Amino acid sequence: MKIIKNLFDSLRPSFEEGGKFERYYTAFEAIETFAFVPNHVTHDGAHIKDAIDLKRTMFLVIVATIPALLFGMWNTGHQHFLAVGELVGLGEGLIDKFIFGALKVMPIVIVSYGVGLGVEFAMAVYKRHSVEEGFLVSGMLIPLIMPVEVPLWMVAVATIFAVVIGKEVFGGTGMNILNPALTARAFLFFAYPTKMSGNLVWVSTESKATVDGYSGETLLAQSINSSTDYIDQAGTAYGSVSDTLMAAFMGWVPGSIGETSTLAILIGGGLLLFTGIGSWRIMLSFFLGGLSMSYLFNLWGANPFMEVNPLLQLCMGGFMFGMVFMATDPVSAAQTNMGKWIYGFLAGLLGIMIRVFNPAYPEGIMMGILFMNVMAPLIDHYVVEASINRRMKRVTVTT
Amino acid sequence: MSKTVKIRKGANINLKGSAEKKTTEAALSETFAIKPTDFHGMVPKMLVKVGDEVKAGTPLFYDKSNDRIKFVSPVSGEVAEIVRGAKRRILEVRVLADKTQKLIECSPIDISGMEAAQVCDVLMDGGLWPFIKRRPYDIIANPTEAPKSIFVSGFDSAPLGADIAYLLDGRETDFQNGINALAKMTAGKVHVNALVSDSSFISKTKNAQVNTFSGPHPAGTVGVQIHHIDPIAKGDVVWTVDPQAVAMIGRYLNTGKADFSKTIALVGSEVNDPQYLKVISGTNMKSILGGRIADGDTRIICGNVLSGLQVSADGYLGFFNNVVSVIPEGRDSQFIGWIAPNFHKFSLSHSYFSWLMPGKKYNLNTNTNGEGRAFVMSGQYEDVLPMDVYPVHLLKAIMTNDLDKMEGLGIYEVAPEDLALCEFACTSKTDVQSWVRKGLDMAMEELG
Repeated sequence: MKIIKNLFDSLRPSFEEGGKFERYYTAFEAIETFAFVPNHVTHDGAHIKDAIDLKRTMFLVIVATIPALLFGMWNTGHQHFLAVGELVGLGEGLIDKFIFGALKVMPIVIVSYGVGLGVEFAMAVYKRHSVEEGFLVSGMLIPLIMPVEVPLWMVAVATIFAVVIGKEVFGGTGMNILNPALTARAFLFFAYPTKMSGNLVWVSTESKATVDGYSGETLLAQSINSSTDYIDQAGTAYGSVSDTLMAAFMGWVPGSIGETSTLAILIGGGLLLFTGIGSWRIMLSFFLGGLSMSYLFNLWGANPFMEVNPLLQLCMGGFMFGMVFMATDPVSAAQTNMGKWIYGFLAGLLGIMIRVFNPAYPEGIMMGILFMNVMAPLIDHYVVEASINRRMKRVTVTT
Repeated sequence: MSKTVKIRKGANINLKGSAEKKTTEAALSETFAIKPTDFHGMVPKMLVKVGDEVKAGTPLFYDKSNDRIKFVSPVSGEVAEIVRGAKRRILEVRVLADKTQKLIECSPIDISGMEAAQVCDVLMDGGLWPFIKRRPYDIIANPTEAPKSIFVSGFDSAPLGADIAYLLDGRETDFQNGINALAKMTAGKVHVNALVSDSSFISKTKNAQVNTFSGPHPAGTVGVQIHHIDPIAKGDVVWTVDPQAVAMIGRYLNTGKADFSKTIALVGSEVNDPQYLKVISGTNMKSILGGRIADGDTRIICGNVLSGLQVSADGYLGFFNNVVSVIPEGRDSQFIGWIAPNFHKFSLSHSYFSWLMPGKKYNLNTNTNGEGRAFVMSGQYEDVLPMDVYPVHLLKAIMTNDLDKMEGLGIYEVAPEDLALCEFACTSKTDVQSWVRKGLDMAMEELG
């Protein structure tokens, strides 16, 4: 530790005012505070401070994404081997599948972090503010919501878009209106729809011959035609809806890298709730919103997609991932407790509504959350206005 | 009549070094000082020069906005120095104390037949008026205003807070006398707020409405109590008086003597033997700390660790303080401290392990535990502020100079200390209390 500390101490003068690299002080500071909690002390006011800071907070969110990331790596391999008809058993070739998936997923993670942090540092140096930790989480979330076949250059472009347009133009971490990771995904979705949707992007086949009956369709895409008959990537039909539900809950189905396993996501969600970093109000109301919309569609029942079992509806696609990691982003969500209930409920409800109604693409969680991100300040506004009105009623007019 | 309030939001921070219930008389300090900076917004006008002889109770300076509000010397002696800061602002008026205090003839003051205005005059002449503060703005009360009620918090819920009943032990009649005087000055009620568990004289106070509170800090903060008992709306004025000040007012009326002796709690992990000390207001810290604190880099705080003021080891005790806290400075940088499990650190969030050990006492230092950031997390302030106030929105209104919003969001109801726990809890390390103060100053200037 002493050696590292001395290294920083010896480098600092050249970054400080008057030093050779004065311009790059914020970059130096970011790396130094990453290694050492700074020796800043309080002034008047609260002389002691809570041990938590933004680095710790963001770090815990990253830890919460690890189950989904690891499962996503295995599942990428599993789906590949299913499609090409090798190692089709769930227990077979655990290591092979994991290594295959890791080799597919890690480059996306590296590109996302490399490009994103690069832009963050450049922005910090340019705007002379300290490098903020928000991207540590965005950098992990972006790969998890990408299809595995997304080209790396697109990940890079989307990340730049998310950081610059999604965040920095508003003033940086804490100021953005939209969730940066979802901004990245929405950008790719509208700019390069063929690479972000359809049946070719979810499973990496590496141009190998696929098994008979292979379609590459996700469960969501299959729901358009039937709410009861689903097949897996090997072309085998699931025995019943509850078998399908099991597969969707455990996550051995095709989909975006980190979004498939409800179980892995809920483990992460449990950590977020346990540490109090994720809002339980948003998660619960989001779930209830999605569930009630699914039941409503069941009652309506105009097409197979509406008839999908509500639990299956919520375990498919990005619903759970959106609930745990996207809707709960404290910056883009509603900030008042009452507002969180409304925001979460409507985001879940709209997500399922758009998923079922959208004729072009069988998913809508991203749009539901982004829409409610935009609406969140409005919800807060009315909640706060209500408080102001309560206070104003107490004023007694004396003449 | 009397109300019972259960506070649910908030938090108690268990620190090492709470005061043992024993009282020692501190040595008479060589010099004493009255610090105009203790009275926010007050501009002092000097009445004495360096070298003047003063007695205990001789006015040293007065408030520029009201020349009847005088600030008196707590001891007899000679004006030693007038310490000035930037723009010649007066920071301290120091008095070199006589080795043997000169006593002046005095007789009890009977207020039973007096009107409110006469009681005010008595307190202003005795130099006790500055103890009375007003909300909104948390500044010295204006004697020409009629407060709708007067609040006295009978317990200190802050970390390492003093036991008020012990602090005032033996001064029960003084306290009751002080309450009687306060009751003269308002057409409304005097509210004395005690803990539910309180069985001391405080909860038996007469001539006042005794309300009981339970729950964590900031339940003992007078602003929180006002909010739950008799909230301040625009145009309302409420006065607040510290319980020890009530007893000092009562003693003055009982004896007529300018006696500014009081009991304080010397607390904190860096204090060798945390206990109560008998001192005289404005005493030099040396007589309080001498031989009683550990060596090393320490932070000396007049007041509690959440909202007190930092003083140097040869500074002076503040006018309102019942507590002096001494904690270690935190000038070391911890290697990847944001990842480490850190069992010794305390957090209200569950991101450290402190919440699993609710009984454990902590030795917290002054490290900020991270750098300042923009607001990111939400709901943290609300969890520790038991008021119908949206603290983050209020702070944002202050930061953007939006007076209408500040008014609507409750700027009149808060004082910096009410939001001290928000500042403690903040992930983004925002200086909540100094922003609240700026907001109050702005509102005071623009809205009056």
